Amino acid sequence: MDFIFVGFIEAFSLLLGGDDQTWSAVAATIKASSGSMVASLILGVPLGFTLGYFDFPAKRQARLLVDTALALPTVFIGLVVYAFISKRGPLGEMGLLFTLPGIAIGQTILALPVVIALSATAVESMDRHLRTLLISLGANRRQLLLSSLWEVRYGVLAAGLTAYGRVMTEVGISMMVGGNIKWHTRTITTAIALETGKGMFATGIALGLVLIAIAFGVNVCLSFLRKK
Amino acid sequence: MRSEKQMVAKVCILLALTLMMVFPAMAADKVLMMATTTSTDNTGLLDDLAPHFTKATGIELKWTSVGTGKALKMGENCDVDVLLVHAPPAEKAYVEKGFGVNRREIMYNDFVIIGPDRDPAGIEGKNVVDALGAVRDKGAVFASRGDDSGTHKKELSLWKATGAAVPEKESWYVQTGQGMLATINIAAERNGYTMTDRGTYIKYADTMKGNPPLKVLVEQDEILLNQYSVLAINPQRCAKAKIDLATAFSDWLAGAEAQGLIRNFKLLGKPLFVPNAK
Repeated sequence: MDFIFVGFIEAFSLLLGGDDQTWSAVAATIKASSGSMVASLILGVPLGFTLGYFDFPAKRQARLLVDTALALPTVFIGLVVYAFISKRGPLGEMGLLFTLPGIAIGQTILALPVVIALSATAVESMDRHLRTLLISLGANRRQLLLSSLWEVRYGVLAAGLTAYGRVMTEVGISMMVGGNIKWHTRTITTAIALETGKGMFATGIALGLVLIAIAFGVNVCLSFLRKK
Repeated sequence: MRSEKQMVAKVCILLALTLMMVFPAMAADKVLMMATTTSTDNTGLLDDLAPHFTKATGIELKWTSVGTGKALKMGENCDVDVLLVHAPPAEKAYVEKGFGVNRREIMYNDFVIIGPDRDPAGIEGKNVVDALGAVRDKGAVFASRGDDSGTHKKELSLWKATGAAVPEKESWYVQTGQGMLATINIAAERNGYTMTDRGTYIKYADTMKGNPPLKVLVEQDEILLNQYSVLAINPQRCAKAKIDLATAFSDWLAGAEAQGLIRNFKLLGKPLFVPNAK
């Protein structure tokens, strides 16, 4: 069982010693997850707000659909994205297979339902009196919408963080779509899968700790947004 | 308080920026995409060869390591330019179907059957057919790749050589669906047998600091030869397949430099592959 302890030590030496392979995996992870987070927030927040704020026909069905999509397995998303961007697939000409943008597309599909569902919930749980108050203060439709948006900012932040957690830690999409190519599409999670497969448990644990350290860093940064 | 917050914000932004900048995309204009098997990658052979290849030809080699079955499929889907695989019958069928061209033998190693020291089925020193027969009679745990890889195809052919059916549903026959090293580890955890290419076994012994719980029990049987070949993807089927780069890679692998590198690639002082390009 000494590989657990060795893993902790190795984690520090990998991070502090500037190990090229580790930093390349860190960079791949951050690039792919940043791309997918930007895309899923830009698409997801307006959709989530719409879903939670407005009443429209088939709203319940749309909600049901989004909630079901929360359970999409990553390997399945990976498989579907692979099928689409393979040279023989409908989007094959774009050359996205085995690239970080390809991974980001898959991760966007993974993150989108989380962002939509959680921002919709945040909007729904907003204080109902706020609307009445704002109207009584003479707010017009646009002002009403903007203040409501401002009011749910923490909920949206939480939605983003939850989605980020899923995107950072997924392995199915990165493996299927990225191909775990060294120096290019090897992310931290696919590297862990590879090292574990090779029986290098200590390195796997070390990489896992590296991933947690990044997540911690991101959360520290975002917690300052919250405190203001 | 305010300045402290601002400082943290600055540090965060700075960190994000440096991470973006520090890693420029390694932009070589000539990139060859290869699908290969887990054994060439897990042993570290490709890590050893790739820089020499880039130096000699200016072509950057990118590879994804999967089972031979999936590698062939990736070629069929035109997702890669070249294959380095080890399942001769499947490769020949592949060329006949027009998916691949210019199949060329590069190197070989051999398969071995490994198992726990106390050898519950008593297979040590037997030939392959007798050894697998003994495993079957005893119902000893046997870990199989079960993933349609070259190794898996080979193992299935060995079971067929015993004259009985593949023990597909027997409780002692464990199909892992994972790579070779993962499968060896599973066999070790279950105190069972498995068949592996020698290269991966030596790598395994190396990570176990030369004292692995599983030992080589059956070897040197002619039926255990493991031939690796390189195949280019047919450009007539896949218009984007880089046949010129694939040919350059194939020529380089068969040339004196690469054959020498393969011969000298050793772990624990033992060579892992024997070059045999003609």
